[in-house]
Amino acid sequence: MLQIEDLQVKLGDKEILKHIDLEILPGETHILFGPNGSGKTSLLMTIMGYPQYRVTGGKILFKRQDITHMSVNERARLGIGMSYQRPPTIHGVKTRQMIEICAKEEVDVEALAKKVNFSEFLKRDVNEGFSGGEIKRSELLQLMAQDADLFLFDEPESGVDLENIALIGNTISELLQREFRIDLNKTQKERHRERTKMGLIITHTGFILDYVTADKGQVLFDGVLTCTTHPREIFRCISRVGYEECIRCAA
Amino acid sequence: MRSLDEMALRARDKTAKLGPDIDLDAYGSESVPHGYVENLNALSEADKIRMILAGVDAGETERSGTYVQKDTSVIHAHSIQEGLEVIPIKEALEQYDWVRDYYWKLVAVDTDKYTARAQLDLHNGYVIRALPGSKVIWPVQACMYMEKEGLSQNVHNIIIAEEGSELHIITGCATAAHLQGGLHVGVSEFYVKKNAKLSFTMIHYWAEEMMVRARSAGIVEEGGIFLNNYICMKPVRSLQMYPTTHLAGKGAVARFYSLLVGSPGSQMDVGGRIYLKEPDTRAEMISRAITNGGSIIARGDLIGEMPGVKAHLECQGLILNGGSIHAIPELEGMIDGVEMSHEAAVGKIAQDEILYLMSRGLSEDEASATIVRGFLSVDIPGLPPQLKAEIDRAVEQSDKDMMM
Ligand SMILES: Nc1ncnc2c1ncn2[C@@H]1O[C@H](COP(=O)(O)OP(=O)(O)O)[C@@H](O)[C@H]1O
Ligand SMILES: [Mg+2]
Repeated sequence: MLQIEDLQVKLGDKEILKHIDLEILPGETHILFGPNGSGKTSLLMTIMGYPQYRVTGGKILFKRQDITHMSVNERARLGIGMSYQRPPTIHGVKTRQMIEICAKEEVDVEALAKKVNFSEFLKRDVNEGFSGGEIKRSELLQLMAQDADLFLFDEPESGVDLENIALIGNTISELLQREFRIDLNKTQKERHRERTKMGLIITHTGFILDYVTADKGQVLFDGVLTCTTHPREIFRCISRVGYEECIRCAA
Repeated sequence: MRSLDEMALRARDKTAKLGPDIDLDAYGSESVPHGYVENLNALSEADKIRMILAGVDAGETERSGTYVQKDTSVIHAHSIQEGLEVIPIKEALEQYDWVRDYYWKLVAVDTDKYTARAQLDLHNGYVIRALPGSKVIWPVQACMYMEKEGLSQNVHNIIIAEEGSELHIITGCATAAHLQGGLHVGVSEFYVKKNAKLSFTMIHYWAEEMMVRARSAGIVEEGGIFLNNYICMKPVRSLQMYPTTHLAGKGAVARFYSLLVGSPGSQMDVGGRIYLKEPDTRAEMISRAITNGGSIIARGDLIGEMPGVKAHLECQGLILNGGSIHAIPELEGMIDGVEMSHEAAVGKIAQDEILYLMSRGLSEDEASATIVRGFLSVDIPGLPPQLKAEIDRAVEQSDKDMMM
């Protein structure tokens, strides 16, 4: 379980997250909406533990541990994984090596790469000259190897071409144990109860909703989290009347 | 015409253009006899280990020839492949007239006091030649080994890839584990003839008080390819080299790569100059320098004299724990229609790269080591796998040291 209580965060001198409360239960996936610059990426980076996001109040608990001041790698080892919007290039480090770094144990890199149509990129330096969509597939591939318990996705579908969008969506769904599968021994409800993976997905386009079922939607506006309801409803509201109006109706 | 000796005598006290001046009298040049060894496996384990670090394998696995010089004496020289000659230069100068056509033809004997010393007090060196059309499958290995404290080892090497031949050489310069200091003066002249391909990989594995002055030059004829790799990741007091290469035939190519690690107390001044003199010639010079407290000057100068030439220069520097890196990239286009570019960047390891790796589970130290390792792993097209492996090994060894 991820519990965020009254979290306040500063980036430089700027207050970018204001009194955030958020709870993601085991098995739950939440969708995070919000206009550009509202602080979505900042929230994910703060959960991941990036030190430039200074926590000035409140706390973050994960698996009942206070991780508010834990280092990034300790959080990774505890089971938090993030797919970045704009990850840095690391020269001389091949994507294959990166996948191996992510995996705690031996993995079949080829097989994983094949799943996201990324085999031919394994020998390239990680993120070097990758297009927007290629970055997303590379990030997803790393998370597949890392096998976290809480997955943070920062706009996983932006820049991805139509050909690959279903692939990305379905793979995320699978990572979050949300795929529909016929299992004669269990009802869908029972299968839902067995879910343990948690997800927090930022989406701009809403495309991801076509592939990943989510339990809750949240809207972040100017550093404030509002409007917790069903993600499709939020998306419809935003699409029709825009963020400002959407926030107002929730208040 | 004055004799080489006369010219050298006149340059005996001539200070070099680059690098701190060295008092040559502080280093003895008297010969240090070591007996010839038929089988390199007979060398002491300690010597063998140091040589392996510089890429020279006493077992000669996957090598087509070997030259080993210990202090002032040649202790082994032979070729095991047809079309390949490996001859100590003193012997070559005595026995073969053709050597004179190459000796001091690219490097001027009166360049400075170091070239003068290499003429007046020559210990030895190698002539390695691939005969016309021959393809040397395995690399040839050469080792300049220093054991005697305070010695000035003066060598002259000539490397010739005859027309249509292919030759790969790995040269290791290493010092015995106990050795603290000495001076190595090395003159090398490279001849890459028409349509020949030469790769020359040099790994330096010196001691903390070593002084090194290398004086090299090369010429590449029409359609020839000269690939030059230089790796120095171990402490050295003062190292200075600035090889000059002439692309003197249509379509000639030179590619220079250097990987440098400057430890505390080390001073390195490494660079090179390439003249693109003929149409369609291409040059690439890439250097990666890391300092861990040492001082590194990374130079590069590309001179385009013909339309249609292409040249690229890249100097990347990483400062880990103090020290300094001075990148001096120069491009000189002498005419319309040259295509020349350079990139230079000096900085510390980017924090966002460290955090990215940490978010994949690595500790901060592991993340830095991974980035440093990546920084030093340059793809070198056309290098045989054995030599790629040697470079990887040197890098691996060095980042173990750096991260301690
Ligand atoms: N490096 C930075 N320095 C200063 N301000 C920043 C920096 N990065 C982001 N910001 C600001 O922080 C706010 C939140 O940004 P971000 O979390 O990236 O928003 P979102 O992901 O919702 O678009 C924005 O106002 C943005 O301009
Ligand atoms: Mg963002």
